[in-house]
Amino acid sequence: MGEFKVHRVRFFNYVPSGIRCVAYNNQSNRLAVSRTDGTVEIYNLSANYFQEKFFPGHESRATEALCWAEGQRLFSAGLNGEILEYDLQALNIKYALDAFGGPIWSMAASPSGSQLVVGCEDGSVKLFEVTPEKIQFARNFDRQKSRILSLSWHPAGTHIAAGSIDYISVFDVKSGSIIRKMVLDRQHLGVTKSRCIVWGVAFLSDGTVISVDSVGKVQLWDSATGTLVKSHLIANADVQSIAVADQEDSFVVGTAEGTVFHFQLVSVTSSSSEKQWVRTKPFQHHTHDVRTVAHSPTALISGGTDTHLVIRPLMEKVEVKNYDAALRKITFPHRRLISCSKRRQLLLFQFAHHLELWRLGSTLATGKNGDTLPLSKNADHLLHLKTKGPENIICSCVSQCGSWIAYSTASRFFLYRLKYEHDNISLQRVSKMPAFLQSAVHILFSEDSRKLFVASNQGSLHILHLLEGSFKHLHTFQPQSGTVEAMCLLAVSPDGNWLAASGTSAGVHVYDLNHLKLHCTVPAYNFPVTALAIAPNTNNLVIAHSDQQVFEFSIPDKQYTDWSRAVQKQGFHQLWLQRDTPITHISFHPKRPMHILLHDAYMFCIIDKALPLPNDKTVLYNPLPPKNESDVFLRRTAHAFKISKIYKPLLFMDLLDERTLVAVERPLDDIIAQLPPPIKKKKFGT
Amino acid sequence: MAALEEEFTLSTGVLSAGPEGFLGVEQSDKADQFLVTDSGRTVVLYKVSDQKPLGSWSVKQGQTITCPAVCNFQTGEYIVVHDQKVLRIWNNEDVNLDKVFKATLSAEVHRIHSVQKTEPLVLFQRGAVRGLEALLAEPQQNIEAVIPDEEVIKWSEFFMVFKQPVLIFITEKHGNYFAYVQLCKSHSLSKYTLLLGKEEKSVKPNFTARVDGKFISLVSLSSDGCIYETLIPIYSSDTEKNHRLIRALMLKAVVSGAARNGTALTILDQDHVAVLGPPLPASKECLSIWNVKFQTLQTSKELPQGTSGQLWYHGEILFMLHGKCLTVIPYKCEVSSLAGALGKLKHTQESDPHSMPHFVDWETCSGYDLGSYSADQSRTLRRKKIETNLQPEVPGSKQLLSIIKNDSEKHIEVELRKFLAKSTPDFHTKIGDVVAGLLGRCKAEPSFYPRNCLMQLIQTRVLSYSLCPGLMEIALEHTDVQMLQLCLQQFPDIPESTTCACLKLFLSIGDDCLRDININMESVFDYSDTIQDEKKEMKEQTEIVQNGFSPEDNSCSKDDQQLNKKPGDAAKETTSFPVTSCPVTPKRAALINAVLHSAYSEAFLLPHLKDIPAKHITLFLQYLYFLYLKCSGNATMTLPGISPPTLSQIMDWICLLLDANFTVVLMIPDAKRLLLNLYKFVKSQISVYSELNKIEVSFRELQKLNQDKSNRGLYSIEVLELF
Repeated sequence: MGEFKVHRVRFFNYVPSGIRCVAYNNQSNRLAVSRTDGTVEIYNLSANYFQEKFFPGHESRATEALCWAEGQRLFSAGLNGEILEYDLQALNIKYALDAFGGPIWSMAASPSGSQLVVGCEDGSVKLFEVTPEKIQFARNFDRQKSRILSLSWHPAGTHIAAGSIDYISVFDVKSGSIIRKMVLDRQHLGVTKSRCIVWGVAFLSDGTVISVDSVGKVQLWDSATGTLVKSHLIANADVQSIAVADQEDSFVVGTAEGTVFHFQLVSVTSSSSEKQWVRTKPFQHHTHDVRTVAHSPTALISGGTDTHLVIRPLMEKVEVKNYDAALRKITFPHRRLISCSKRRQLLLFQFAHHLELWRLGSTLATGKNGDTLPLSKNADHLLHLKTKGPENIICSCVSQCGSWIAYSTASRFFLYRLKYEHDNISLQRVSKMPAFLQSAVHILFSEDSRKLFVASNQGSLHILHLLEGSFKHLHTFQPQSGTVEAMCLLAVSPDGNWLAASGTSAGVHVYDLNHLKLHCTVPAYNFPVTALAIAPNTNNLVIAHSDQQVFEFSIPDKQYTDWSRAVQKQGFHQLWLQRDTPITHISFHPKRPMHILLHDAYMFCIIDKALPLPNDKTVLYNPLPPKNESDVFLRRTAHAFKISKIYKPLLFMDLLDERTLVAVERPLDDIIAQLPPPIKKKKFGT
Repeated sequence: MAALEEEFTLSTGVLSAGPEGFLGVEQSDKADQFLVTDSGRTVVLYKVSDQKPLGSWSVKQGQTITCPAVCNFQTGEYIVVHDQKVLRIWNNEDVNLDKVFKATLSAEVHRIHSVQKTEPLVLFQRGAVRGLEALLAEPQQNIEAVIPDEEVIKWSEFFMVFKQPVLIFITEKHGNYFAYVQLCKSHSLSKYTLLLGKEEKSVKPNFTARVDGKFISLVSLSSDGCIYETLIPIYSSDTEKNHRLIRALMLKAVVSGAARNGTALTILDQDHVAVLGPPLPASKECLSIWNVKFQTLQTSKELPQGTSGQLWYHGEILFMLHGKCLTVIPYKCEVSSLAGALGKLKHTQESDPHSMPHFVDWETCSGYDLGSYSADQSRTLRRKKIETNLQPEVPGSKQLLSIIKNDSEKHIEVELRKFLAKSTPDFHTKIGDVVAGLLGRCKAEPSFYPRNCLMQLIQTRVLSYSLCPGLMEIALEHTDVQMLQLCLQQFPDIPESTTCACLKLFLSIGDDCLRDININMESVFDYSDTIQDEKKEMKEQTEIVQNGFSPEDNSCSKDDQQLNKKPGDAAKETTSFPVTSCPVTPKRAALINAVLHSAYSEAFLLPHLKDIPAKHITLFLQYLYFLYLKCSGNATMTLPGISPPTLSQIMDWICLLLDANFTVVLMIPDAKRLLLNLYKFVKSQISVYSELNKIEVSFRELQKLNQDKSNRGLYSIEVLELF
């Protein structure tokens, strides 16, 4: 099949931000996740948990609360005191509104979705009406003494429970007055703590209020009488989050020790109708604080400081016990943070607030499979480019020749020209970017580095002609009339004739760059696209979808290729479809047109279209080299998918030249090493 | 550990505490309710948990209550005596004491005593005793004088000893004290002279007593501040003679000898006494709990406002007059156990009683509960729906039940097999009915014992102890060890008393009885083989010595084998200790293993373990120790076999047995060696763990180093060949 020299790169020092909030939307089966750096990500749980959209973070916007209202409108609030609404089509922030109550700690949407309440640092609870275009301040509730850390609406929308420090208050929504105050016990195993922070509350329709607090207790209160009904001491540390199922028959809490507990309402005996809350299952999928939990109809979702998003399906709720019922742990973004200049062997790493440019090393030695070759030149860190301003970088790209770097934040677009003189490099910013180039969702240079393609968040595609130190605007493809959906992925053909662009749901469009018009649209497929690439010479567009299907579409013929049809007819191997990370990059071998290279976070695969497809009986992944077996056996077992799982977690893999690959790994241990230490638990002794 | 909980006070608005304090605090027939009688005219009924009075009754101006009100537990009425001779009986509904039942007696009453399950007794000042019923039948009856003229009753107490009421009272005459024990049923009265020490006679001692077997243990707090115990036989051999009783020192100087009054004591339980009084001459008054057995002060509480020198103890609550308030201090004494001290994580068992996944499947539970079906759940229950569709006319358990009632064992067996072949939706409950039917007939007809049927039913794996509570009892009656073993293996919820009964049977049953019984032996490995292995090992060891190595050097030089060293030592000791071979036959071992595997809760099991005879305890301990040695013989600390007892099960049982029978085991000479070995083991274990804790950080560093080895640095170029 082939022997490669692999540049195994582990110096991409990427640490994902901790997860602060998750919010589950039942209508669209989507999950919004906010991280501590202000990034908000949208996962489509129906599409194999694909992270289909994201909103870049902002240094001053620490998100403390996230909720869906009015169907599918997403709001967040944070410590800068602002309430934000996100535009899920254009992928930008619709507006920000100051609540004038100091930092906002909590927010909850009413059961009907027409109202929002926020809890502020100054102890105020503010009610907002959700209007079609904006939100409108309606009223303040009775001001409390200390910050409001958690809020929950009664399912009827008549009352609100608010968790504060040392007590929980229940408000009447109509009058805005406090009708009940429940004081918490600060005792923890006999030690009185200085205060008891109510990290989360949940209001049930029977009037029960469930609270979780910093003392380690889950407590059930009767809001009608203001009395404590039941108390479960579940942790030695804080219990930080709670989420209740819509049916109110189960809820989930997360603790600072990394444990998630499932509580269920079960009958006391099998015959009686009397039911009680019982702690049924503990899960330990996290090493650090579980800052937030959500409860979808079929799964428990949790996230926290250790940056993993964990989706634990409830076995009893899953109808078919297939791979969907397996635990999902999502750590890395489902988009590329790395681009590569093949000609100069450069890697561009994208971080939240800076870019790093590295030159790969080289070796003169050769070896056999598995050998580590002595380096004649080590990798160099060429450039550290810091962004200006508080906004996170959305996307970045380095051109194939290595002399252009472009990146974009939410409000500015930057283009740099790099010059290499022996060992020195000089950087020159291209000034006077046109007004339309404000924010890009995806940036791509053409193969010859003479054109720059920019997908803006308004749905338009700009084409710039790059000259020495300046540029010229060539053309803008306007979005299809009526849609404003942003294009997230771009691919250009090596000969520079074709440009493919895909949005989050609208399908893949192919543009003719010579005639500057839309050439065709690939037939719609109901799972989002995760990666795109156009093969050299044949101009076949290869598309990977989040359900792990891979299509090959001939651009000149405007139809799927025969190979793609054959694959669809036979279907992919069972194990191929069961992978749980999406393909994030596709590339091609310059000399072997039959090969497609693709990778996800845990494997790298070369598809050889000339070989027969594997069926479910063949072994998909065979890491061992064939030993003395006969040629017949080899031919019988050989199939199109050549898989390697040596490099993981794999963030990027590309072919530098015919015999050289570059693989960027990010070992989980390195990430853990950079996280704050978890709560120490004794391992030995008693 | 004995502990005093947070105190609280009862409002004493209506009560007037005189200089002498209250007359008494007595239990009422309802838990948590107490009658408090002051030294004036009032009786108040308190509900302690609510800290509020439920009722209050007073006698007329000019009358005084002379004896604390008590409750007649048989009728629920309250009785009080005022002006020494007038008896009043009333209940909760009565408002005015003047209008309630009144009886004027012919002699002066000292006290009325009332305890549960018997009628109250009236003790007259001249020592005569009458039952309340007999007295009320003829109130003016003549009351004889029992004690000599100058003797005065100082203290009295009433016990039930083997369903026989026993009254003890102490009299005083010129500084000499006499004890009288009155057996009420046999009307026998014994008189004893209490020989007190040389302390001042002017200060009256405090008395309290409890029944200890055939003796009354009379405990007194003398004016020298020491506690003495006097044993008074309940059944005196001859009643004529005047016995003298010598007291024994129990605790030294618990209160200051200078304390004139304001001291009191009461017995809390077998090992604990509560003492009220100043511990030092100058200090304030204190309530202290002493452990008599270990002579230690368990806890104490300062009472700065002074007390009346009275202390009452009822139902785990201590009452006293602190300043002007009636103070209530709940007292709790948890049994401390060796298992707890050894650090077996007790709370993991206690914290979550619901987490027995192999036992209760909540989903199926709620699934069978038809009431909880909801529309959206229905899809999850698809499989079950199909089952319910299949439900139709199975000849039914009803038919089988009628067969069980009347037919022969053979016929029942055939029908049962048919029944079991079909699977019906509510199999659980039907099986339960069938077993209940069978057991019902077993009880009715002692000769009927359908062993095969029962075995079959148990093997369906749907039965639990709570579904057929009588099954194991019947098997125990028939000493059917095979069935008991099966039950122990299958039932998740056997109560500890039954588990212990099985254990007793397994330990005591004769070997010849076991010989012919077919027992599931999968939990027992072939001991003879391993013994031979062991011998082989020994041989090898000696060979090593011959080659010039000393085994001692060997074990010392290898630090990393520290963990294995201890068991190795223990194994070596087996040569000197008789437990080289299994102390029980393999069949008995299989039975005992079933007990080891069963679930239990320490608190409930401990009391039952105490009933096992000493001989069997040593045998069991020897067996457990043998298993432990076998366990520690290999690196993984497991026993061979299919489902052998685990190391933690073995250790838990050893702890439990020692906890329950420590004193017994201490006394048995056979067990001395065993105890010594166990002690050594525990000591070494503790040191190993503390060492492990110390080197935890080093372990982590080692782990890091290990990772670094596999980590090829941040950048490398490698060769990959894809096939």
